[in-house]
Amino acid sequence: MSGAGEGPGHGLGGRPTTGARTRSIAEAAWAAAGRDGERNGHGRTRLQWLMARFGRGTVIGIPYIWLLLFFLLPFLIVLKISFAEFRIGLPPYTPLLEWIEGGYLQIKLAFGNFLFLLDDPLYVVAYLNSLKVALVSTLIALLIGYPMAYAIARASPTWRAVYLLLVILPFWTSFLIRVYAWIGILKNNGLINNALISLGLIDSPLPLLNTEVSLYIGIVYSYLPFMVLPLYATLEKMDIALIEAAADLGCRPFKAFLTVTLPLSMPGIVAGSMLVFIPAVGEFVIPDLLGGAGTLMIGKVLWSEFFNNRDWPVASAVAIAMLIFLVIPIVVFQYYQHKHAERAEES
Amino acid sequence: MKRSPVFLYAMLAFGFAFLYVPILLLILYSFNESRLVTVWGGFSLKWYAELFRNEQMLNAALVSLRVAVTSATIATVLGTLSALMMGRFGRFRGRLLFTGMITAPLVMPEVITGLSLLLLFVSLETVIGWPAGRGIDTITIAHTTFCMAYVNVVVQSRLVGLDRSVEEAAMDLGARPLKAFLVITLPMLAPALVSGWLLSFTLSLDDLVIASFVAGPASTTLPMVVFSSVRLGVTPEINALATLLVLLATATILIAAGFMWRQERERERVATKALKTERGGSHTSSSRP
Amino acid sequence: MTDTLVQGTHSASSRPEGSRPGAVLRRAEARPIIEIQDVVKTFGDFVAVDQVSLTIREGELFALLGGSGCGKTTLLRMLAGFERPTAGRILIGGQDMTQVPPYDRPVNMMFQSYALFPHMSVEANVAFGLRQDSLPKAEIRDRVRQMLDLVQLGPFAKRKPHHLSGGQRQRVALARSLAKHPKVLLLDEPLAALDKKLREQTQLELVGIQERVGTTFVVVTHDQEEAMTMADRVAIMDSGRIIQVDTPHALYEYPNTRYVAEFFGTVNMFQGQLIEDEPDHILIRSDALANPVYVGHGISARGGATVWVALRPEKLAISRVQPDSPHNWDQGIVEDIVYLGGISTYHIRLDSGALARVTTQNLERMAEPDITWDDRVFVSWRHDNTVVVTG
Repeated sequence: MSGAGEGPGHGLGGRPTTGARTRSIAEAAWAAAGRDGERNGHGRTRLQWLMARFGRGTVIGIPYIWLLLFFLLPFLIVLKISFAEFRIGLPPYTPLLEWIEGGYLQIKLAFGNFLFLLDDPLYVVAYLNSLKVALVSTLIALLIGYPMAYAIARASPTWRAVYLLLVILPFWTSFLIRVYAWIGILKNNGLINNALISLGLIDSPLPLLNTEVSLYIGIVYSYLPFMVLPLYATLEKMDIALIEAAADLGCRPFKAFLTVTLPLSMPGIVAGSMLVFIPAVGEFVIPDLLGGAGTLMIGKVLWSEFFNNRDWPVASAVAIAMLIFLVIPIVVFQYYQHKHAERAEES
Repeated sequence: MKRSPVFLYAMLAFGFAFLYVPILLLILYSFNESRLVTVWGGFSLKWYAELFRNEQMLNAALVSLRVAVTSATIATVLGTLSALMMGRFGRFRGRLLFTGMITAPLVMPEVITGLSLLLLFVSLETVIGWPAGRGIDTITIAHTTFCMAYVNVVVQSRLVGLDRSVEEAAMDLGARPLKAFLVITLPMLAPALVSGWLLSFTLSLDDLVIASFVAGPASTTLPMVVFSSVRLGVTPEINALATLLVLLATATILIAAGFMWRQERERERVATKALKTERGGSHTSSSRP
Repeated sequence: MTDTLVQGTHSASSRPEGSRPGAVLRRAEARPIIEIQDVVKTFGDFVAVDQVSLTIREGELFALLGGSGCGKTTLLRMLAGFERPTAGRILIGGQDMTQVPPYDRPVNMMFQSYALFPHMSVEANVAFGLRQDSLPKAEIRDRVRQMLDLVQLGPFAKRKPHHLSGGQRQRVALARSLAKHPKVLLLDEPLAALDKKLREQTQLELVGIQERVGTTFVVVTHDQEEAMTMADRVAIMDSGRIIQVDTPHALYEYPNTRYVAEFFGTVNMFQGQLIEDEPDHILIRSDALANPVYVGHGISARGGATVWVALRPEKLAISRVQPDSPHNWDQGIVEDIVYLGGISTYHIRLDSGALARVTTQNLERMAEPDITWDDRVFVSWRHDNTVVVTG
């Protein structure tokens, strides 16, 4: 520090310097730094020390304990009760662990509930039907949702915002009421039938409500936004130049769509399909209100097993079986979520 | 894509018609004098009057609001903490389990969530005597649990988009980690917290299945009342209620969207202006002595 | 600047006068402000910083230069305290800071993204650091005013960052990081986000501000021109190691390795064998060059060792006349001429097949170039313009 240029401040490269002015701020810097140094020693209060020591633990601890208690534990209990037996009383199931005389711990596992599920065609049919309904609804939602998402992604920014808003808006209004709206449209003296009859196209009302048709309409209607949004997200990110490049290289529009756009939007297709398929499998409200008494879907079966028959062990077994069916799509979904999150972190 | 715009826009129009016609019809018929859905009996507000005389419905709405406000608030706190864990803490013990537990509620069928929570509450009651019976508290806990998963997603995506160096800058300038979080990170997360809260509020207000499992006899929520009256047949009162709910949601969304849009425009305008002044007026170091 | 700031003749920070090598000599007497001792930083298996030792002196404008992933940013973040070294020590102002968290260090950083607090006004951004020290309100106000004057942003004090242009944001970031009067200011690619024209202008502005405040600046950059324009000394990094630390002039004219010669400017590089090694001269034969290379000083290498001859394009001369020396020339065909206005670069395909680039200055406006495509020309250079490196 000493000896460095006491002289007049003419710098190199035509940069004049002012030694005097320069020094003062540097000087002040030293003073301030000295003060900082003092603070380091004594500045920390005990509270700050505790926060530093346990802050991280608190942040991790609270949500962790909450989820262990209210998410994981309930599943273990469902699992446990699915192995219990039905009895009249409260709670309406037999204990799994029992202290029998002589101090022995007895474990009773009743596989009866699961055997019962396999034995009774009602449950097997309900499972298969749920999968079929969910699959078909997903396909229909994809067929309607993809062009919508594509059109939104290609619209001008202002319109894009408006369209997106219109897709999201139904999601914020009551699901139950939106399903209910279809009853008035589809029932025998509902809008569609009345319109058709007054136009003279039919004589007697078509049975629309409480059919498979109304069930599919309800599910597609309710979950369409879940299909459109992830599709839009991937299509919007896609570079339009890719399609132009394909066209430039001699690819016709439809082929360009099949060979470029479709493969690149695969993550959106998978995410959207999972978001429709998974909840559709376990859906209760739509089959109950629009599907009619004849519709067998597993969510409805679980509901009636629980509320009407009050057979908690069988309801639990149904739940466990349903989860086993859903593990694969859930894992696929999680995998895509994870990949998406990673990509987001990279960029 | 030369000829597709027509097809694309036709599909878009069809999709939106599909989404909105039922809702619009519902609104239209809420003003219908006639009890029959398909017959127009003249304009009337009588279903609204009837709705506001319906004690059961009003009580249920109060229960729903209480549950929704409480669970949305707790879920926002817990979901934000979870997002911080996932986004900022790197590796910690049990991260994989936690990731599973925080994302699973998003895809869990409602009947399973409802059933499992009910069984939990029943077991807890027999083992430790809490919760004594089921009611608003148990519904709140149940809603908090699945809402926090949604808040986690919303906050985490915002957190990923945040420039980490902004927090580092705060620490570099002398703010300790907790203070940097409170003064810098939290305000920047605020939009995500608001939308997370609103989302939770809506989800809670809308839930029928889970609430049906964990509700007690004295705590019927609005969707439960709606469901049971819908099952009995179409009632025009529900049309009136639906209209009110749809208008409320639309108003909220439009206000939020309009606000964001204005902010965006303002930002663009000022940014262009700033750029112009920079290009125009050169600021070559006139400050140099 | 207030009056109180303009007193005294302390020289902590006045830029030493004279040519750059002279400046370095003087600087050597300045006391070290940062001492990095055998610092290693690994991320898993990846060694980001590998046994780096470096001393930065007070008042210097020091640049860390290297390509992406060379470890320069990691080193800077270790100085700021955002990363802890895996091994080694870091001393700042003579105190061991290795384990001190960022908020207790007497250094501040200017981030590449500027990292301005979006919800705070320009003023509040600049005041943020001072508030952390709980300075009296009046003092904070004065210092913020000073800082905003320093970067000429006084009229913008109440604006939010997103209401500013890129160049203005950059200056807010600078003011904010200087407000606490840090012992050292760390700048992570401070100009990378600006467009080319603004960047060149800002480089000199930044140097001007550094001269005025006298704080030691450590700048990380990948842009060698930027490093040359701004820095007193430059450390060139590659794969987590420091290859050479020197003034820009010395790095250009006396590179110690092929890497530095090639990274810092353009160079013609020819591999050869040392065939004569005397204290007063050496002779090198290269397969790429027709004649041996003569250099008028000895180097410390065994005879027969492989060496590289590095020749800067502007230090080569082209001519139609054959030089009458036994050394330091070759001939070839003009393959390409790149006209760049002030200079032209000739690409000459030597008879060995190697390529030599020669730049000439276009001094006369009306001059007709007398050498053109496909001409056969001679390329020559002075022995004292020849750089020989061994690795």
